[in-house]
Amino acid sequence: MKSMFAAFFAILAIAIGANLFLSQAGFSSQERTSSSAVRLDP
Amino acid sequence: MTRILIALIFNLSFVSLAFAQSTEAPDRNSTGGAQTLEDIMARQRGEEVDNSFRSEATGDAASAAEISKQLGTLGGNSDPELWRALRFGLADITASNSGPAAEVLIQDGGMRWLNLRSGPLIKYGGGLLLWMIGLLGLFYLIRGRIKIDGKKTGNKITRFKAAERFAHWLLAGSFLLLGATGLITLMGRKFLIPAFGHEAFSVLAIGSKWIHNNVSWAFIIALVLIFVFWVVDNIPHRSDINWLVKGGGIFSRGHPPAKKFNAGQKLIFWSVIVLGSSISVSGVSLLFPFQFEMFAATFVKVNATGLGAYLGFGELREVLAPHEEMQYSQLWHSIVSFVLMAIILAHIYIGSLGMEGAYDAMGSGEVEEQWAREHHSLWVEEVLGPQVPNATAAAAKKPTAPNASAKISKKSTIMKSARSSEVKHKKATDPKSAKSAPTKTTANKTTAAKPKKPANDT
Repeated sequence: MKSMFAAFFAILAIAIGANLFLSQAGFSSQERTSSSAVRLDP
Repeated sequence: MTRILIALIFNLSFVSLAFAQSTEAPDRNSTGGAQTLEDIMARQRGEEVDNSFRSEATGDAASAAEISKQLGTLGGNSDPELWRALRFGLADITASNSGPAAEVLIQDGGMRWLNLRSGPLIKYGGGLLLWMIGLLGLFYLIRGRIKIDGKKTGNKITRFKAAERFAHWLLAGSFLLLGATGLITLMGRKFLIPAFGHEAFSVLAIGSKWIHNNVSWAFIIALVLIFVFWVVDNIPHRSDINWLVKGGGIFSRGHPPAKKFNAGQKLIFWSVIVLGSSISVSGVSLLFPFQFEMFAATFVKVNATGLGAYLGFGELREVLAPHEEMQYSQLWHSIVSFVLMAIILAHIYIGSLGMEGAYDAMGSGEVEEQWAREHHSLWVEEVLGPQVPNATAAAAKKPTAPNASAKISKKSTIMKSARSSEVKHKKATDPKSAKSAPTKTTANKTTAAKPKKPANDT
């Protein structure tokens, strides 16, 4: 059962980590679809 | 009688008209070459309409009127011609926002995709899951829980290490989350909004999107882990044929011999690997829109093999709008996911409710020895070594520990049950297992030396 709970915790950690990474990676819709003349919210 | 005759002639005239429509180019002189009422009606009937008379009529810049003349400001095109150019993706568009999708103002295939997504995809995908749940329920009613046939020994064998179980639950947990949130995303508009309203569904949809996008990475990582851990044990073996021929012993007494994974489990494993990989690739393409053009490239290859025509799809389109790539990815992602979900429902059933002792393999990692001998007899031989018929007598001569006689007694029971099962038959016919016996003795001792839990016969 420890392995199961460790895996579930890992899912949570990976999801939070992925969200933090992807939000910084410049792949959001607004960043991908706006031209250089557009000022985006920080 | 006259009325019937008139009606028949009337209908036949329509048939002949339809036949004429399908074989000859329709006369559009009455509309000056534009589409006729019959063109519109045919399209609404879902018939294939040759749109080249429209897609090619997008004006001619070379014969443009002077800018001071009539229509000159449109560069030689009329308004309808400009709209047709937009409609068929032929207009020269300059957009202030960037990205490949920005320059497609009217996307032709969008409605076909939307209709497919909100109709047949939900109907047949959801139907497949319900059918599988019904089938498993029926199977449970007929067969009941598959029990351990022989007497439990109380001995435990380590079936999966902690790392393997971690990888399994990483995959299982992420798949359940992805499946649930995927179904909410696909079916929410149809089933949840009418039930809970737009605002409540909005919260659910935003949460589902966050979970689906971010938990997907755990699924991909786990997929790699289980492939590394289990691929060797899932390579097909000749014992799998016998297992499949006997249907895994589901409806008969006794179980066919199997190694660490039986043929059914191998089918599950390869389904998860192949379908899971396909879901992952299409999912990543959806996570990063317009970055991967997989389907146009695939269609080129399919056309080259002639497979599309052979399957009745005709020549597949090799040039797709950026949106179409995403739409095909979404459809593929959903269809493959539905198939994998149906397979996994069966896996969950047999690993929990459907079979006594099966859950322990992924719960504690330790399985009842009798369960292992019944379901994975060849694997038990590999782990514990083959059973020697006179081992009881040999062991009885030199008991070295206070509980040795109890252990021997247990072994004696195992051998009796093994004699009646197919293990003995396999040992006799499989020289490889006999050859490997001496080298497995060490494993036997190591495993046997592990502290054994008290017998839990009930």
